[in-house]
Amino acid sequence: MAELLQFAFSGLTVGAVYALVALGFTLIYNASDVINFAQGEFVMLGGLVTVFLLAAGLPLPVAALLAVVASTLVGLALYRFAIEPARGANAVTLIMITIGASIFLRGAAQVIFDKRYHSLPPLFGDTPIRFGGAAILPQSLVVLAGALVIVVLLWAFVDRTLFGKAVLATAANKLAARLVGIDTRLTVGFSFAISAAIGAIAGILVTPITLTSYNIGTLLALKGFAAAMLGGIGSAVGAVLGGLLLGLLEALSAGYLSSEFKDAVAFIVILAVLFVRPQGLLGRARVERV
Amino acid sequence: MLRIENLHSGYGRIEALHDVSLDVSAGEVVALLGANGAGKTTLLRAISGVQPVTSGQIRFEDRRIERMPAHRRVLLGIAQVPEGRQLFAPLSVEDNLKLGAWTRRASDLTADIAGIFAMFPILSEMRHTAAGALSGGQQQMLAIGRALMSKPKLVLLDEPSMGLAPILVDQIFNIVAQLKRSGQTILLVEQNARAALAIADRGYVIETGRITVGGDAATLLADPRVQSGYLGV
Repeated sequence: MAELLQFAFSGLTVGAVYALVALGFTLIYNASDVINFAQGEFVMLGGLVTVFLLAAGLPLPVAALLAVVASTLVGLALYRFAIEPARGANAVTLIMITIGASIFLRGAAQVIFDKRYHSLPPLFGDTPIRFGGAAILPQSLVVLAGALVIVVLLWAFVDRTLFGKAVLATAANKLAARLVGIDTRLTVGFSFAISAAIGAIAGILVTPITLTSYNIGTLLALKGFAAAMLGGIGSAVGAVLGGLLLGLLEALSAGYLSSEFKDAVAFIVILAVLFVRPQGLLGRARVERV
Repeated sequence: MLRIENLHSGYGRIEALHDVSLDVSAGEVVALLGANGAGKTTLLRAISGVQPVTSGQIRFEDRRIERMPAHRRVLLGIAQVPEGRQLFAPLSVEDNLKLGAWTRRASDLTADIAGIFAMFPILSEMRHTAAGALSGGQQQMLAIGRALMSKPKLVLLDEPSMGLAPILVDQIFNIVAQLKRSGQTILLVEQNARAALAIADRGYVIETGRITVGGDAATLLADPRVQSGYLGV
């Protein structure tokens, strides 16, 4: 029982990060129909930029804030200089562009920073909390709480502000959005910026536990994508659910089978979704009447 | 109010509008008649700025707008009720209306929304329903309401009666007549030529991307070419 609890907690922690990456996928996919495989690079940038600014002598909160700002700017630049000029291109071309951007960002990070693994000091120390026989890192709770705060803020923004609704409207029907006078370059650009910021925050929160390096983005993007597919691509709730489920599945299979299988779980999930339920768990409900 | 001169537009290498000239004065209802694929929708899309123009001019209140982005044209006062309604399907009726007023940056839209609900009482009952779940007629009402929320000077109405039951068609045309009485300037695209010309002050016929006939509604109703082609006489 203690063992199960231990696996569940580490699974949920990693799952929260997958959930945030999947949420980033969802935001960009809904706004622009682009599957952004550079999503994992935002997580990498958030962590690495914080590490290096901290090493340069800045206080942690300032370093973290600047890292989020820097990643957001990279997200905006990705939209403005890579996605927007290719508007109207087909899905495969756009995916190629984001893979290219991902390789570029990884290369740039390797040159600007280095190829080593780095960590950040945990927010509340590293003395594990004992709970039901399991040991939980305080930082795990920080990651979970951070993910929860982001999800709630995002929901409030989309549900309670007119700008949030304009972002939803752009996602629902871009032609109609333009016809009511919404500058869709603004709303789509905003989706890229928010996705990048969410990725960066996830990266900062999880670095004390999982460490970060220039090349962590690729695998995170693939797992975030698996999570988004599991939840039902295009569904924000599905993305969060898919992320947490994938994290749990990974931790449980690593614990009870073998840790060698851990990274395979995401790909088995992708295959299983494609074979059994291509629309995902919460695939977009079709309420449209024509 | 709206003056279009020698407009050309196309999809890729296929030209859909050849040398189209047309004008709409303030307070007028102008009908644009034509068969499927004649270029009616393309013309409205070009006026709204969601369809590129290859050459020619579009003037709105003496300003050249043919290169202006779509969202700025709404700000100037051009609203479109697009073909097929194009609602924000997952958003509620009320949110669709609020987004219709996007360019006005108004803080309080309660009175405007109440005005739309007075015009379409059924929408008031369904204010929290997702737009995608409305019936065809209700969707058309919402599309018209959404366009009116921007307080437009010119409304472009694309096939408002398409796909609706006859009783709903009458209802929609009553609304158009009501808007006309309130002084709203309208460019109305319709396949139902008789109903459109009954409301319109003037009309144009567009055939394979060219304006072929233009004149007063009464003149068009009596024109043998219009009668044989569009009125089934």
